[in-house]
Amino acid sequence: MTTTEATATDTTLSVTGLDMYYGSFRALRDINLEVTRNSVTALIGPSGSGKSTLLRCFNRMNDLIPGARVEGQVLFNGEDIYHPSIDPTEIRLRVGMVFQKPNPFPKSIYDNVAFGLRINGFRGNMDEAVERSLRRAALWDEVKDRLKASGLTLSGGQQQRLCIARAVAVQPDVILMDEPASALDPISTLAIEDLMRELSRDYTIVVVTHNMQQAARVSDWTAFMTMGEDRAGYLVEVGDTHQIFTNPRDERTEGYITGRFG
Amino acid sequence: MARAEITALLNPRLAVRKRIGTVAYVIFIAAILIGLAGLASLLLRVLWQGAPWLSLHFLTDYPSRFAEQAGMKSAIFGTVWIMGLTGLFTVPVGVGAAVYLEEYAPKNWFTRIVEVNISNLAGVPSIVYGLLGLAVFVQILALGRTVVAGALTMSLLVMPIVIIASREAIRAVPSTYREASYGLGATKFQTVKDVVLPHALPGIMTGTILAMSRAIGEAAPMIAISALVFLTFIPTDPLDEFTVMPVQIYNWVRDPRPEFHGLAAAGIIVLLAVLLSMNAVAIYIRNRTQKRSEE
Amino acid sequence: MQLSRNRKRGALQGRIVHWLFFACAAMSVITTFGIVASLLRESLGFFGEIPVWEFLFGTTWSPILKDAEGNRHYGVLPLVSGTLLVASIAAAVAVPAGLAIAIYLSEYAPDKVRRLIKPILEVLAGIPTVVYGYFALTFVTPLLRSIPIQVFREDLIVYNALSAGLVMGLMIIPMVSSLSEDAMVAVPRSLRHAAYALGGTRLEVSLRIVVPAAFSGIVASFILAFSRAIGETMLVTIAAGATPRLTFNPIESIQTMTAFIVQLAHGETPHGSLEYNTIFAVGLLLFAFTLGMNVLGHFLVRRFREEY
Repeated sequence: MTTTEATATDTTLSVTGLDMYYGSFRALRDINLEVTRNSVTALIGPSGSGKSTLLRCFNRMNDLIPGARVEGQVLFNGEDIYHPSIDPTEIRLRVGMVFQKPNPFPKSIYDNVAFGLRINGFRGNMDEAVERSLRRAALWDEVKDRLKASGLTLSGGQQQRLCIARAVAVQPDVILMDEPASALDPISTLAIEDLMRELSRDYTIVVVTHNMQQAARVSDWTAFMTMGEDRAGYLVEVGDTHQIFTNPRDERTEGYITGRFG
Repeated sequence: MARAEITALLNPRLAVRKRIGTVAYVIFIAAILIGLAGLASLLLRVLWQGAPWLSLHFLTDYPSRFAEQAGMKSAIFGTVWIMGLTGLFTVPVGVGAAVYLEEYAPKNWFTRIVEVNISNLAGVPSIVYGLLGLAVFVQILALGRTVVAGALTMSLLVMPIVIIASREAIRAVPSTYREASYGLGATKFQTVKDVVLPHALPGIMTGTILAMSRAIGEAAPMIAISALVFLTFIPTDPLDEFTVMPVQIYNWVRDPRPEFHGLAAAGIIVLLAVLLSMNAVAIYIRNRTQKRSEE
Repeated sequence: MQLSRNRKRGALQGRIVHWLFFACAAMSVITTFGIVASLLRESLGFFGEIPVWEFLFGTTWSPILKDAEGNRHYGVLPLVSGTLLVASIAAAVAVPAGLAIAIYLSEYAPDKVRRLIKPILEVLAGIPTVVYGYFALTFVTPLLRSIPIQVFREDLIVYNALSAGLVMGLMIIPMVSSLSEDAMVAVPRSLRHAAYALGGTRLEVSLRIVVPAAFSGIVASFILAFSRAIGETMLVTIAAGATPRLTFNPIESIQTMTAFIVQLAHGETPHGSLEYNTIFAVGLLLFAFTLGMNVLGHFLVRRFREEY
């Protein structure tokens, strides 16, 4: 009991022996990972190494794919999120997600941010909550005069910040980001990176990225993944970002970050 | 507002939402069951009332005032005549229009009008085509209430279906085939004739069968053209009078005597059997070509 | 020399073929022109004798039978009300059922189930309408009359708007469901994922994200199905009656615009007579109704396609 409580204080997500299958194909093999509270953890690795798949195990988004199943354990604040008594809907409320391509709903900016609060029976002042979330995503000043305009009228970078505001609105503990800047221009990318740093004071962030400079710039912890002969992704090395980029223990990690393969 | 305050103000009520979801799911399934039950009771009703009246003489006898002696020979032959001529008129013109729109048409206002026009024609009620046929073919062109007037009317009615299906089939022919043909020095017409149309043929045939199965069940425009004639001969000439199966069925349905409802049901069984076999052929063609293109 | 002569002949042949194909495509425009011209031509004869406003706003329709004072009446409203009554009953069945089926097929059904159910429902759209008329008259009406409530058991007559409307609803279910499903399937998956990631249930994602995003396509399916119901002929001719009556009472016998056309078009109505022209005046009105709805429906389908 004491160990669980201890984990709950500094570890938000704790993955033990995780295998993930699509039908008979094993996509992830024996993942073991601890995600530290209020920090940014980056998942890096070549395409097909299962970074996004692993990310989607944290909020059970893989449940939406027919034939997907998970073995092993994912503890969120000490609670097994794959326990039969757990409703994936509840997990997703507490583990938010931002996707690769900005995907605002075809609704107004206001309604985009309010959506999660509305379906979850928010009883407070909606205007305040929306404003607060937009400020949090550094978007308020740009949209405060046109909250009724469609979210689709914003630029790509603004749309992605709107999606971050939407995810932040319901106050999750964790925000998962799946290559959140890969579809954006360099200036918007920097804005998103600043935002990640800023948000990590209050939220636990796990970010998948292809961009190693980005991982080095924004993350506190870095996990390197690759895939085996059987095309199953696995974790090679996890550590302090500075250590991974300056002094990797595994030669596969070194090969990847120095650009020798991948 | 602090973060914890917002969290405290959330009231997700997951159990309630899940229960609402289950209720909705039951409603969705019920809607499907209503559709399926409607279809099943329709088919069973027809079979149950019509089967006793089905016999060989039902197919080979002319209609009669006496239910026991009545058959649908003239309607069957009339339908064969109408379908044959409709196919003859519709397919060349419909495919030609599709070829024009896919291969020749410039992107201009006229092409746009033709396209919008075709999709709107597909939504014009069939009885309006009947009025067109009555005014133009029966009266102005003085063809009278004949097979050819009926077939021309029916051709105009199903033309949009043939055009739309043929366009899709032609569009699905890979452009590399055309380029290869031009590369060999073929003219546009040769490319269309020898490359595009042969590859689009299965799709065009499927579309044509669908159009014909629409035509074969149409009663309203045929009533407007042919009137409710009580025919005891079969057409031997495109300028003969005619009746078709659905019109014969209508004649029997509106007779208040219950035995004539039995005849109507028997006629429906014959009509549905023809439709079923036409669709089976269409599905067969589609599956065969799918298999071939996968090889 | 030989080559260039061939090429010249080829160019001429190419032009002829081009014009032949063009003529085929032009046929569709000629057809529309023919419809409008023939409807207008005969209607003009009608409106030469009957004022337009009397036709459009008159509340009594008896173009064949004379009343006690020996007058015929040409007010089309009873036919319009009969048409709208049956089509509304049909919509009351087909809109909720079709939408529910579309949501199920697009958001819930496993692939196998969808591939099984869709073609079966499409069968409903392929059955000739005269068959539906038979079904409404000989099965649904007696079934309704067996309900032990006075309205059904005693007041419902053999030809009535209710059973025609219910059966027509069944008939147009696949039109609503397949067009709506097309619209919902076209909603990007990423929007669903975003909503699930915010803790939405499947129903909430369907109703609050997918349905609104596909809304114009769904509305288009309603409009196109309603237009189909208005133009439907044999079903109402057989089952709804031939009594033009300005009523919205579903258990009464009524007459629709289409049923009136069939009633007179198959009589040996002499060409050029007022009766003959009456058919075309009603046909013109019917054409205007359905054309307007179809144009609106197709506009909505296009607009919705452009959104993503």
